[in-house]
Amino acid sequence: MTSDQARPASPGIALEGIRKTFGDVVAVDGVDLEIPDGELFAMLGPSGSGKTTVLRMIAGFEQPTAGTVRLGGVDATALPPFKRDVNTVFQDYALFPHMTVQQNVEYGLRVRGVGRAERTKRAGEALEMVRLSGFGARRPVQLSGGQRQRVALARALVVRPRVLLLDEPLGALDLKLREQMQVELKAIQREVGITFVFVTHDQDEALTLCDRLAVFNQGRIEQVGDAADVYERPASRFVAEFVGTSNILEGRVAQALLDREGVHAVRPEKITVLGPDAAVPPQARRVSGTIAEVVYAGATTRVLVDAAGTTLAAVLLNAEADALPDLTRGAPVVLAWHESAVHALAS
Amino acid sequence: MRLSSGLRRTLTVWAVLTLAALYVPLALVVLNSFNASRTFGFPPSGLTLRWWAAAASSQGALAALGTSVVAGLAATAIALVLGTMAAFAVQRHRFFGRRSISFLLVLPITLPGIVTGIALNATFTSFLGPYGVTLGLGTVIVGHATFCIVIVFNNVQARLRRMGTSLEEASADLGAGTWQTFRHVTFPLLRGGLVAGALLAFALSFDEIVVTTFTAGPTVQTLPIWIFGNLFRPNQAPVVNVVAAVLTVVAVVPVWLAQRFGGDAAGGRI
Repeated sequence: MTSDQARPASPGIALEGIRKTFGDVVAVDGVDLEIPDGELFAMLGPSGSGKTTVLRMIAGFEQPTAGTVRLGGVDATALPPFKRDVNTVFQDYALFPHMTVQQNVEYGLRVRGVGRAERTKRAGEALEMVRLSGFGARRPVQLSGGQRQRVALARALVVRPRVLLLDEPLGALDLKLREQMQVELKAIQREVGITFVFVTHDQDEALTLCDRLAVFNQGRIEQVGDAADVYERPASRFVAEFVGTSNILEGRVAQALLDREGVHAVRPEKITVLGPDAAVPPQARRVSGTIAEVVYAGATTRVLVDAAGTTLAAVLLNAEADALPDLTRGAPVVLAWHESAVHALAS
Repeated sequence: MRLSSGLRRTLTVWAVLTLAALYVPLALVVLNSFNASRTFGFPPSGLTLRWWAAAASSQGALAALGTSVVAGLAATAIALVLGTMAAFAVQRHRFFGRRSISFLLVLPITLPGIVTGIALNATFTSFLGPYGVTLGLGTVIVGHATFCIVIVFNNVQARLRRMGTSLEEASADLGAGTWQTFRHVTFPLLRGGLVAGALLAFALSFDEIVVTTFTAGPTVQTLPIWIFGNLFRPNQAPVVNVVAAVLTVVAVVPVWLAQRFGGDAAGGRI
């Protein structure tokens, strides 16, 4: 057909052997990553894991100590931010306080020398997309947190970048607003169809929003995959514990509970809590224990059970409360899980 | 905070007394400029505009005023350029000796003026003298600039620190080159700090007397030096009062402006 086939498919973003040190501190320690065009990609990790530094190197605010940043197949490692086809939504939004909302959104077009009429039109469209039409004359200080965030989004998208980077985009918003913005972000990404890369320390947010995610730890990527992949088949103990929670079984406990060597993870929601005399389905593991703690959390109840010399966590749906056994502290229970719930971890 | 009514009354009295101690002497100067008695007897025997007319035609006072304005403007201009550049270097770049430079820049304002004066005088006369430097308006301007730079430097540095770097990064991210970022983002947000710094620097230069004494030489007279020289001459004393009264009123303006612009011209950080 056309040039699309002639040209080898070059991913929107490709990081090769990226390393970044600040003095003696190694912030990023050998990161390789490819993000195809049009993907909604999350970089998840605890603070100090290097995810924000990687984002800033894609944007061009930091220079890697070693390695290559390719944007659309072209080496962009040495390009300054204003020469990259990449825009950023900053964590603190970084709206220009001395400009109106309209001027903020027009800024990227103005510095590129786009004419006034075109500017007004495109800024209007961008504000409409983030549902802020009619707010153009306001100053950033007159907006709420959620509105500022949407202005920042419109300002970055109006110049039609190839990639949009978002640094903890929802970090400063309260829970309700955050859930609403998650939905909106996803819708906007589908609408504009460009690559979104966002950084977050909130595993819930990463799992809900992204097509794929990378889990960062101590400057390295522990695992890359789609949400289900990472959650169901964590590549390492760190991922198993950071993304959701896991019962980690190892050594003697693993021997006792699983008859196996090595390190294994079992998700709490995959463990069934039954009464002491209940029948266990065939092919299920079974272990007796006593309830150590019960934590009610609305939709679910989290139960800690002492069994085989360790404490196991199980999460139960309260919607199924009728089927639950006696959940008082000290009550004897039986825990059961299917063989497939056990995931072996590389040690 | 709730205060008992007795305490509140006491504090009010103290506040009034303090303000009175500050402003009654100034009011006296203004009043004396209209005092018909040449010896400033109090209460005034009558009011007159004679001294104002004399001051308006006093060649010495007018020439000194002109010199002061020129010296103030020039020193402020130098301070604006050098102080701003130094503030940028210290706030926006990491380099060896950054803290020391910051300290060395601020030090001159804490040095006694007389030390600065002697040091500059020695430098201008014995060290640079052989190369053709003579004391005059130029040396006064350089002398004033040494402390005016500090004012601008401090103002701009504080602004830059408060502004952070993310606004400039956002600008670069949106495609603005270095100069565009400075013109559209950094400078507008800095303007308040620059105006405030410039007004304070000018005010400092305008009433400076110690450093000026050592750097002016015999041919140049700034207004404070002229006042000092004429204060104890019986013929000139009433005119000095008029000049002081004018200065009092005029000095209020830049300080008021500096407070207004220094306060919140750039708006809050978002």
